[in-house]
Amino acid sequence: MMNIKNIHAKIGDKVILKGLNLELEKGKIHVIMGPNGSGKSTLSKAIVGHFDVEVTEGEILYKGKNILETSPEERALNGIFLSFQNPVEIPGVNNTYFLRTALNEKEKHEGKKETNAAEFLKLMRQHVEQLGMKPDMISRALNDGFSGGEKKRNEILQMEILQPEIIILDEIDSGLDIDALKTVSEGINRMKNTERTLLVITHYSRILDYIHPDYIHVLQDGQIIKTGGPELVKTLEAEGYQAINKDS
Amino acid sequence: MAQNQVDKILAQDYKLGFTVYVESDTAPPGLNESVLRFISLKKNEPQWMTDIRIIALHKWEKMKESHWAHTHYKPIDYQSISYFSAPKKAPNSLDDVDEKVLDAYAKLGIPLEEQKMLQGIAIDAIFDSVSVKTTYSQALQEKGIIFCSISEAMREHPQLVQEYLFSVVPMTDNYFAALNSAVFTDGTFVYIPKGVRCPMELSTYFRINAKNTGQFERTLIIADEGSYVSYNEGCSAPQRDENQLHAAVVELIVKKNAEIKYSTIQNWYPGDEEGKGGIYNFVTKRGLCEGENSKISWTQVETDSSITWKYPSCILKGDNSVGEFYSVAVTSKAQQADTGTKMLHLGKNTRSTIISEGISAMKGQNSYRGWVKVASNASGARNFSQCDSLLIGSGCGAHTFPYLESHNAQAQIEHEATTSKINDEQLFYLRQHGISEENAVSMIVHGFCKEVFAQLPMEFAVEAKELLNLTLEGSVG
Repeated sequence: MMNIKNIHAKIGDKVILKGLNLELEKGKIHVIMGPNGSGKSTLSKAIVGHFDVEVTEGEILYKGKNILETSPEERALNGIFLSFQNPVEIPGVNNTYFLRTALNEKEKHEGKKETNAAEFLKLMRQHVEQLGMKPDMISRALNDGFSGGEKKRNEILQMEILQPEIIILDEIDSGLDIDALKTVSEGINRMKNTERTLLVITHYSRILDYIHPDYIHVLQDGQIIKTGGPELVKTLEAEGYQAINKDS
Repeated sequence: MAQNQVDKILAQDYKLGFTVYVESDTAPPGLNESVLRFISLKKNEPQWMTDIRIIALHKWEKMKESHWAHTHYKPIDYQSISYFSAPKKAPNSLDDVDEKVLDAYAKLGIPLEEQKMLQGIAIDAIFDSVSVKTTYSQALQEKGIIFCSISEAMREHPQLVQEYLFSVVPMTDNYFAALNSAVFTDGTFVYIPKGVRCPMELSTYFRINAKNTGQFERTLIIADEGSYVSYNEGCSAPQRDENQLHAAVVELIVKKNAEIKYSTIQNWYPGDEEGKGGIYNFVTKRGLCEGENSKISWTQVETDSSITWKYPSCILKGDNSVGEFYSVAVTSKAQQADTGTKMLHLGKNTRSTIISEGISAMKGQNSYRGWVKVASNASGARNFSQCDSLLIGSGCGAHTFPYLESHNAQAQIEHEATTSKINDEQLFYLRQHGISEENAVSMIVHGFCKEVFAQLPMEFAVEAKELLNLTLEGSVG
């Protein structure tokens, strides 16, 4: 699905990713774990083309093409979705209007009929209810004044409506209470199918009690230093990142 | 973000920048008594009007152009401007209107034909200095509504014109108003009789076409007791290297229980990135809420003048009268706007609301200037002002100059102001959901202007949104 090859990247003058390799398989849930400052967020930003990150070497192949030269909107339209660690607030822009525009852009890109306002509202209501969000999410401004949990649920809502092919969740579990964590995890599990890839980036193993990853990758100092199955989490929990580092 | 991309988009042509070659009757440049007599003669005006023009000219000659506004421009040479230009064929009916003029309006998207009637809009179109066509006057006449050019009103309804002209904006109110009083060439006159609710939107479209001309129109609207009218004006001009002067005067008179809703969309040619070319829009607009429970609501969308100097105001004389001002002012490229309102509370329990949204991009400078004055007799007067500024990029500026003056201890005056910046993270968030950069900017800006757009008649609101997109496309830096 996506093949990240020898990526070197920096933010400002600081080199963060140092020859990172990662292959994401179709239909699988991948988890990246790693300590603070290891380059987790930089990797997700590099994949979606965030302006902070400058990729100096390597390529990211998605559906066989190197996407590094394409714009963020083009990557999104081709099915790459990132749930931000700290979703930005945009006062004045209505949540529903925003999401319908995003969906319509995608439909246009795929040559499909655009979902009209009435159909969309129905769809939105269903998902809002399913995610246990307050009904006024429909009329509020995008993330404006949302609590941490509301923002994260809103990200899951976007993901469910836009139905992307590859989903990157950057610390979706941070700042969530146990109920919110459950709802968010259920949303993630609903998204899993044989055609879709999920990449969950996290600090903590907590969310892994609810979703069932196929692969665990350990990121340290700008490189993936170990890849394994779900059992790798146990090692990490017991011995910490240092232990992995020594092994490799 | 990508500055070169931004510049490319902003360098797009002004879409209404076409010139139509129409044979026209133009006065030689210069301003003196004989030019005024020429205008009066061409317009077949009564003698009293010619006399007024000459008095105004002499008063204007003794006045000085004021420069307190937060704008900068080279001195204007008033003797190099032609004060009258008219399409040569005298337009008496639709059949007489020069086809090229009609084509020009069609290009502007202002069909003067039947479709407008279906939409319930009557139009007066002003091409350079002359009103070329007023539609549906007859349908309106049945209700006793007068909707015609001001020249026609001078001839057909002299008593009304003489009674109200200069009653709200005196001849020597300010330098540009005095200039306008001397040279105004056309404009719209509206009278809504007692108890009549105007059944359709009334619209005037102003177009400056000829070279080296100024446009000086004068609008006079009178809403008699218990009447209502919604009036829209739109403007455009061709793209030129030199600056063109637009110095208009609008006077509104609202009697007891009556209401005027006045909406403006300015889409002049804004000039280039260096400030070369474009319209100097120096306009005086003022309304008098004369009777009890009268109401004036100004809504303006100012996107495209090179320099804007404009303060649509309300004199709240009648008890319980209401004044409203809703404004979106956009300055991009090298545009400068100094705009706002004056609310003068004279009557008891008078209320005013000011919502001003200023957007600045590129090197644009946007100033809100507002004056709220409560007189000593105006017990129970209330004002609420909200001024928001949105900055796009780092080369632009936003300024707020609120003047609040209360002579009544019971008056309530509230002023809120915010300044925000479209930040790159917001834009990225939208783009990362598949929304193009231009659409992302316009989404944020429209969200910002929502409250004002909600005041515009539907058709105008659509136009305003498109204009905003045009002015701001890609202005991200």
